[in-house]
Amino acid sequence: MRDVFPGYDVLNKRDTPSWNEQTRAVIERRLAITDEPRFFDAREWAVLKALCARIVPQPEGRASPVPVAAMVDHKALEDARDGFRHIDLPALGEAWRRGLAALDAEAQSADGASFDALAPERQDALIRAMEGGSLKHAAWGGMPCDLFFRMRVIPDVVKSYYAHPTAWSEIGFGGPASPRGYVRMDFDARDPWEAAEAKPGQENEALRENLRVGR
Amino acid sequence: MWDGEPRANRAAPDDPMRAPRARNGRAPDVFRLGAWTPMREYPESEPVDFAIVGTGAGGGTLACRLAEAGFSVVAFDAGPYWRPLEDFASDEQEQTKLFWTDERIVDGENPLQLGANNSGKSVGGSTVHFAMVSLRFRPEWFKSRTLLGYGADWPLDWREMWDYYTEVEQALKIAGPVTYPWGPKRPRYPYREHELNAAAKVLARGAEALGISWAPTPLATVSAPRGASPPCVYRGFCTLGCSTNAKQSVLVTWLPRALRAGAEVRDLAMVGRIETDAAGLASGVHYHREGQWRFQKARNVVVAGYAIETPRLLLMSANERYPGGLANSSGLVGRYLTVQGNQACWGVMDEEIRSYKGPPSLAITEHWNYEDRGKDFFGGYSYMSQGPLPVLWAGVQAGARGLWGEALMDEMQRYNHSVGLKVVSEYMPQERNRVTLADEKDALGLPIARVTYSWCDNDKRVNRHALGFMRKALEAAGAREIWDQEDDTCHLNGTARMGDDPRTSVVNGDCRSWDIPNLWICDGSVFPTVGGANPSLTIQAIACRTADRIRALARRGDL
Ligand SMILES: Cc1cc2nc3c(=O)[nH]c(=O)nc-3n(C[C@H](O)[C@H](O)[C@H](O)COP(=O)(O)OP(=O)(O)OC[C@H]3O[C@@H](n4cnc5c(N)ncnc54)[C@H](O)[C@@H]3O)c2cc1C
Ligand code: SF4
Repeated sequence: MRDVFPGYDVLNKRDTPSWNEQTRAVIERRLAITDEPRFFDAREWAVLKALCARIVPQPEGRASPVPVAAMVDHKALEDARDGFRHIDLPALGEAWRRGLAALDAEAQSADGASFDALAPERQDALIRAMEGGSLKHAAWGGMPCDLFFRMRVIPDVVKSYYAHPTAWSEIGFGGPASPRGYVRMDFDARDPWEAAEAKPGQENEALRENLRVGR
Repeated sequence: MWDGEPRANRAAPDDPMRAPRARNGRAPDVFRLGAWTPMREYPESEPVDFAIVGTGAGGGTLACRLAEAGFSVVAFDAGPYWRPLEDFASDEQEQTKLFWTDERIVDGENPLQLGANNSGKSVGGSTVHFAMVSLRFRPEWFKSRTLLGYGADWPLDWREMWDYYTEVEQALKIAGPVTYPWGPKRPRYPYREHELNAAAKVLARGAEALGISWAPTPLATVSAPRGASPPCVYRGFCTLGCSTNAKQSVLVTWLPRALRAGAEVRDLAMVGRIETDAAGLASGVHYHREGQWRFQKARNVVVAGYAIETPRLLLMSANERYPGGLANSSGLVGRYLTVQGNQACWGVMDEEIRSYKGPPSLAITEHWNYEDRGKDFFGGYSYMSQGPLPVLWAGVQAGARGLWGEALMDEMQRYNHSVGLKVVSEYMPQERNRVTLADEKDALGLPIARVTYSWCDNDKRVNRHALGFMRKALEAAGAREIWDQEDDTCHLNGTARMGDDPRTSVVNGDCRSWDIPNLWICDGSVFPTVGGANPSLTIQAIACRTADRIRALARRGDL
């Protein structure tokens, strides 16, 4: 992953007119989520962490990685439903428990090891098989693996990651914007409180701009 | 805290999702921090003139207009009574609290994706998080069977609707262009059009290159101050609730008026059953509030819960006299659920677009709503510029495009260069698309809705046409690496359709049910067809008309 927005950290805007009190409170709660399970048991948690690391792989050596698995765990614990459920899927928590156990069982029967112990390429192969609907281990208990992938794994994991300020900084999103909002709306127009993109050869200019974003 | 931020602008101490706010003779003043506005209250034991279920585009508007006409009104909503200035964070995940996220079962060949994209659970209904696009229907759509050869005719005259559209546009101070390129003459929009963002200019470029008209979208967010509403600050979180009150939702327009006119709003009040009396007339509603089931007597009951909850409530209210559910002698309650296509074309541009700035759909073309030549399908479509925020955008890249792993992470870094066009297209009403009751129960023990949807050939043809055309437009505007998002739909309509014949419709043109004369349905469910335009202006126009009709019927002694 490239550092497209050098020096940009959306959290530097915390005390500017782009954030209001209720937003600060919400983000503080999110940042307080620690990397441990409260809903899943140890085995499920290990598989979930390995799965998240393949769906949204984070740069190596990131000082504080986004605790994606814990965010998914949080969703399951709170039983935060989506407003719809495919008729062939069980409810949120049950789908996750069964899906993680099934993925682990598939790893055991294909490679003789648990999912989290597999090499990344093997994990990806199993994920692709799940995506393609070809996993049929009894542990799925009749739950179609492709539906589980498309309607649970993908939305829950991906949306958790991109709900985190670290991800906003990584993609150059302006982040919370109330009450100040934005002024410059045209092509290639940037408000001083937005991320500056590093154009090749102009990384230093972008860095300078980005360090001023929270002022 | 930054200098100048009002001290009171902090998370509200009370939790509007746990305890009702509209009680003890007062309701939240949505415009002032911590302030209240007086609210009249009605005893449960005395019948009110109208008990209205749902306070969204249909119910909220009707509550206002009926109260202003002098009727006693109690409007119920299952959702909380928000104070936007205090309760709304600038955050996609937090604001899912505005959506109807209770479980619903989906199936069919093309199961709908509900939740965020479809329905709200708030005082003010889905307009609290809608995208504010405020369009009139093409006149011919009100007679599409007769004039265009598909669907069903509405029992309404477009010229009458034209006047009600004007009323709603004035009530919401719609910001739009001086001249609108399509359809019969309409009055000037009350407020000037909004500035275009880069995403909207891409739509304009593409349209001009292909030789079709486009326009700044008429929007229900003010472009200049209006009373206590400041002009829109282009923060771009519109579909997650507007924290400035620039958005002219039902919560900040019709409902304050309704309260002033003596209506009562009951928040966190889920209606589970409509009661009928020995004569077979509606006699009131059973509702759950503050931990217990209660009963409000009423002379008339209006159902306005949107196209899933409305049929659900009518079906749940089945009793000995009406074993198939209320207002259902035609068997059509829950049938003809009709959504709109919401496919999109996405690409990347060399320029930075940053489409997260400004309301998401600042430019529109209704060309294919008004041009019938060159179509291999019935119906029409409009398409609009887009402004997905990161969680939604990642969901699209991963869900619709199938990206994950490094491919997803890399693509997401091009967020600021991404651009897209999204359609609102006309799907055909089909009897087989429907809402029924599932065996599964919700937290209150009520059966949850099962929503079945399949596209017909015409739906697939309109999808193809729209995707093909939008792709050309994006290309012409300079986008690269264009791809199609094929899976999305939006807006829910048609599960209690209006018509001229009790055998083929649930309500008449006055939104009055054929079977039970004091039971009314006034929301998106009454649409017999959906057109290629977003529905809420039409829902509000119908509510205004219904109020006037009720007043006229009452004067005649026909209520
Ligand atoms: C993300 C999004 C964007 C949209 N953008 C646009 C747009 O740009 N333009 C446009 O025209 N339309 C848009 N829409 C659609 C528009 O919001 C709806 O069509 C419109 O609000 C429907 O009006 P309604 O009165 O039928 O229902 P709603 O506005 O949804 O109101 C129904 C209310 O009834 C309540 N309710 C339901 N059942 C019960 C019960 N049993 N007891 C108590 N209360 C109950 C619900 O809580 C809800 O508040 C959008 C919708 C969404 C979700
Ligand atoms: S862009 Fe305008 S309408 Fe949308 S949320 Fe912001 S202030 Fe409200």
